[in-house]
Amino acid sequence: MKPYLREKKSFAFEDIPEDTCFEAGYLVTVNSGWRSRTPQIDNEKCIGCGQCYLYCPDGVIAMDGKTPVIDYDFCKGCGICAKICPKSAIELR
Amino acid sequence: MKRFLSGDEAFAEGIRLACPDVISAYPITPQTVVVERLSEMVEDGSLDSEFIHVESEHSALSCAIGASAAGVRTFTATSSQGLLYMAEGLPYAAGGRFPVVMMNANRATALPWNIYGDQRDSLALLDTGWIQEYAADAQEALDMAVMSYYIAEHRDVSTPFMVNLDGFVLTHTYENVDIPDRERVREFLPPYETENCFDFEHPKNIGFSAGPETNFIFKYKEHRAFERAIHVIKEAERRFGELFGRKYTGLAEEYLTEDADYVIITLGTAAGLCRTIADELRREGVKAGVLRIRYMRPFPNEEIARALKNAKAAAVLEKDISFGNAGTVYVNVAAALQWAGVSTPLYDFVGGLGGKDITHADIRNIYESMGKGAPRVTFMGIGVE
Amino acid sequence: MSTKEIIWIGRGGQGAFTAAKLMGAACTEGYSLAFPTFGPERRGAPVRAFTKLSDTPVTDRSQTAAADCIAVLDKTLFTPELFSLLKEGGKLIVNSADETEGAVSFDADSTAAELRLPVVNTVMLAYVGKLTGLITKEQIFAAIDGYMPERLREKNKKAVERVFEG
Repeated sequence: MKPYLREKKSFAFEDIPEDTCFEAGYLVTVNSGWRSRTPQIDNEKCIGCGQCYLYCPDGVIAMDGKTPVIDYDFCKGCGICAKICPKSAIELR
Repeated sequence: MKRFLSGDEAFAEGIRLACPDVISAYPITPQTVVVERLSEMVEDGSLDSEFIHVESEHSALSCAIGASAAGVRTFTATSSQGLLYMAEGLPYAAGGRFPVVMMNANRATALPWNIYGDQRDSLALLDTGWIQEYAADAQEALDMAVMSYYIAEHRDVSTPFMVNLDGFVLTHTYENVDIPDRERVREFLPPYETENCFDFEHPKNIGFSAGPETNFIFKYKEHRAFERAIHVIKEAERRFGELFGRKYTGLAEEYLTEDADYVIITLGTAAGLCRTIADELRREGVKAGVLRIRYMRPFPNEEIARALKNAKAAAVLEKDISFGNAGTVYVNVAAALQWAGVSTPLYDFVGGLGGKDITHADIRNIYESMGKGAPRVTFMGIGVE
Repeated sequence: MSTKEIIWIGRGGQGAFTAAKLMGAACTEGYSLAFPTFGPERRGAPVRAFTKLSDTPVTDRSQTAAADCIAVLDKTLFTPELFSLLKEGGKLIVNSADETEGAVSFDADSTAAELRLPVVNTVMLAYVGKLTGLITKEQIFAAIDGYMPERLREKNKKAVERVFEG
């Protein structure tokens, strides 16, 4: 599920939920600017084990079948995915 | 069923009827009896709740917020320093719109250390976004334990609710209390249902951050919920009256104010003694009246303005002082008069701090001095101005 | 009936507050309040408790300054100053075998001892009821049944019976 409101800069009053609870993805500020290095997946080496998906502390890695996909709008570049990858298929650049 | 119970015991009976799914509380005088009774009820099976024994008040409220975010009915209770220790969580619960119900035993705040009753604990936290009600007797305490859930959990309100009981004078005083029938309470109080909770099928963000571009809208919505709460309180009291035959009077309770020349405005149990003295003064030909503020939030602005409009003078009697100004109740009452363009002189009497008994003579003195023009703020019993 | 007020004076552990509570609970027809002087509880320390009875709701929660009856459970706590806390015509009862000037002496200790009761509170409660007429024996029995642990009920009722018959 990919949130779509993330780039919206202004909100109508009724867009704002009554409580601090809303469908995941809304009202989220893109924070890719925090990143100084970018993880990149080598799909040749990747075996689709899903470890990077499980360990990503920001939940920005989704599994498209057996293929991990990184959401670069929210990846902060921490490098945990690269560290955990058993096949060293993720490289920080 | 009639029982002779203390305020604390009566409140625990009310909570047994409201049957929260999760209770997390830490004992503190003079609230302790509530926690003791509730854990006994959970132990003997008469209350089907998860009782979480926590290591502090901060954890007590945090647990209640977490449980509420899981979509269940929650309860916590505290007093004084414990409430202050919860302070960080109070706006958290309110901003998250988690309808946690809390019983607070009003007690003095340190230093000097003091376990007796005054209202400086809850009044210091008036701005944290909780509904605040002040009970005047054990029956009202029990009834509010039930009614608070109806109001807090109502979808138009979704706001945490603090029921305040005067420490000792109410928490530890025994009186006859009617315990409503469990089935009828079920009829009154629907089960808690909310979408403001975790849901595996429909993932949600809960308790997120909101920057300058949207934050004020959330705050405005919290404010608006208090305006709605006024209507929900009336609706709850009407339904409660129909089912249980006991009438409550909304944000304030007036006694002989209609034609009163002199009115005392106060919170909680002190109103009872004021009524006794008002009766005496009426017999002596003085038109005295009493206005008891039941809800400090939402605040009874209109009721106060209406009741004081034709009075010659009025005085706030409060167990609070906001150092460097007047007591918090006074400031709120004065604003209500200002908004309504009512120019009745208003004085502030600070009494009962640290549990000092408020006597017949004290109340008579307030009525007498407001007629003569008192200083703006009078510390009762000091003997200096 | 205007509000009737009773002050109970005893030592921590003597059951003065239990007496105050039982008297309030006994008053099922009208309205009543019962409360102790608040604060930490210590065995042996002097304590006071208050009962207020009325046929209209009791809204005055302040400590009693003018009592219809004062019951002193421990004679060492009697002082003549206590008379200043009595209403005109009010009664001061002291648990004592000796005469006390101006007060009513009642030897609650002996009655309690005969029935092997370790405390005198129900004996004094019964005597207050008998002397003032504010509560009946039957009302006290009902309060004992409603608010005392089962194992203590029979013994205490027997004591109450004895005082009312005596």
